[in-house]
Amino acid sequence: MIRVIIPHHLRTLAKSGSEVDLEVEGEVTRGAVLDALEARYPVLRGTIRDQVTGERRPFLRFFACKQDLSHEPPDAPLPEAVARGEEPYYIIGAIAGG
Amino acid sequence: MSGVRVLVGTKKGAFILTSDGKRDKWQIDGPLFGGWEIYHMKGSPVDPNRIYASQSSGWFGQVVHLSDDGGKSWQTVGNDFVYEGETGTHQWYDGTAHPWEFARVWHFEPSLTDVDTVYAGVEDAGIFRSRDGGLTWQELSGLRRHSTGSTWQPGAGGLCLHSIVLDANDENRIFVAISAAGAFRTDDGGKTWLPINQGLRSDYIPDPNAEVGHCVHRIAQHPANPQVLFMQKHWDVMRSDDAGASWYEISGNLPTDFGFVIDVNSNDPQTVYVVPIKSDSEHYPPEGKLRVYRSRSGGNEWEALTKGLPQKDCYVNVLRDAMAVDKMDPCGIYFGTTGGELYASANDGDSWAAIASTLPKILSVEVQTLP
Repeated sequence: MIRVIIPHHLRTLAKSGSEVDLEVEGEVTRGAVLDALEARYPVLRGTIRDQVTGERRPFLRFFACKQDLSHEPPDAPLPEAVARGEEPYYIIGAIAGG
Repeated sequence: MSGVRVLVGTKKGAFILTSDGKRDKWQIDGPLFGGWEIYHMKGSPVDPNRIYASQSSGWFGQVVHLSDDGGKSWQTVGNDFVYEGETGTHQWYDGTAHPWEFARVWHFEPSLTDVDTVYAGVEDAGIFRSRDGGLTWQELSGLRRHSTGSTWQPGAGGLCLHSIVLDANDENRIFVAISAAGAFRTDDGGKTWLPINQGLRSDYIPDPNAEVGHCVHRIAQHPANPQVLFMQKHWDVMRSDDAGASWYEISGNLPTDFGFVIDVNSNDPQTVYVVPIKSDSEHYPPEGKLRVYRSRSGGNEWEALTKGLPQKDCYVNVLRDAMAVDKMDPCGIYFGTTGGELYASANDGDSWAAIASTLPKILSVEVQTLP
């Protein structure tokens, strides 16, 4: 079970809690986690990554295990602690704006 | 007609105001989509319970909402706006080539005849159409692929297609306006597009009389007089009597011919409304007085409408999609400000009242006249 923490605006959009538990088949990568998240909540398609290019939206970051993983390739394995469900995978919106 | 419903998009959510035909008491519902920018909401002329809403965020991109019960409940529909084929480039602010990138939907224009057909004007400038109630979107790419497309440059708000006028008398004719490319018209349902900017003069571009490059802020048409278009340009209030083939200035005695909104009285095709704004840089009303100007002669002769509007210390703006008219008699006019005030007149503009005064910055105002 992968634990994903999503930001406030996406919670309201998905009508979910702050933490979403996901089953991810195969290797646990950012791409696989986001695939599973969007399959559970289709409304989130396009809100985290571009629907065509798959690129991370520029004001979002991905953190886990006290590391900024935003610039890791989407198919890079996530930390073991995330894959085992011991640590959450954070999707963070930039703290900015009025 | 039983009443009116005003749809207000703001920087921090949407609000819906309703009233009976007297339009003197209002119920405010909202915020909907709290915290998100709602660039535009508009109801279907076929079924007023069908409303489309453009929800946008610099963080999370574009979301499209649809309601089938007049705004009581909402569902998300498609948000996949993909430019057709080779996207190419337009000019960036510094004149360099910049690839077309979808940013947001500025304006929805529901079909006049089919509840599930709706057009979307987007940034970077393009027009999309959905025939399935917003589930899927297809670009009418002939506009973006126009031979001048690579020369279009964004205005300060981005390269946005903000105005869509569906001709009530010819289903194949659509007018659009783009900041800062100008106005365009299709006569074949969106396959091919013609720049309609002859007569516009813009001293801020290298050739002031160029075919494209004009910063058109808004265009409006009265369905009973489809050959006549009114335009608020960056500078100049303009009129066309030949469906955009040529334009002439009707700024007349306005205190400034800069502004964003323009609209036409629903009961009289010759009665036009604008809100003059001081510019180039200030973008607030001249002398701190918020005045709607009305022409009853189709332009040139304008009268200031001030009753009920602040006449001192007012430094708000009225953005391009933030004025609308209802279909009651006398006509109701509604506009919203960047200060969060929503003003309404139920008597052709003779007097005004703030029907909401502490909303977030208002981005758009539409009104539905309910059966």
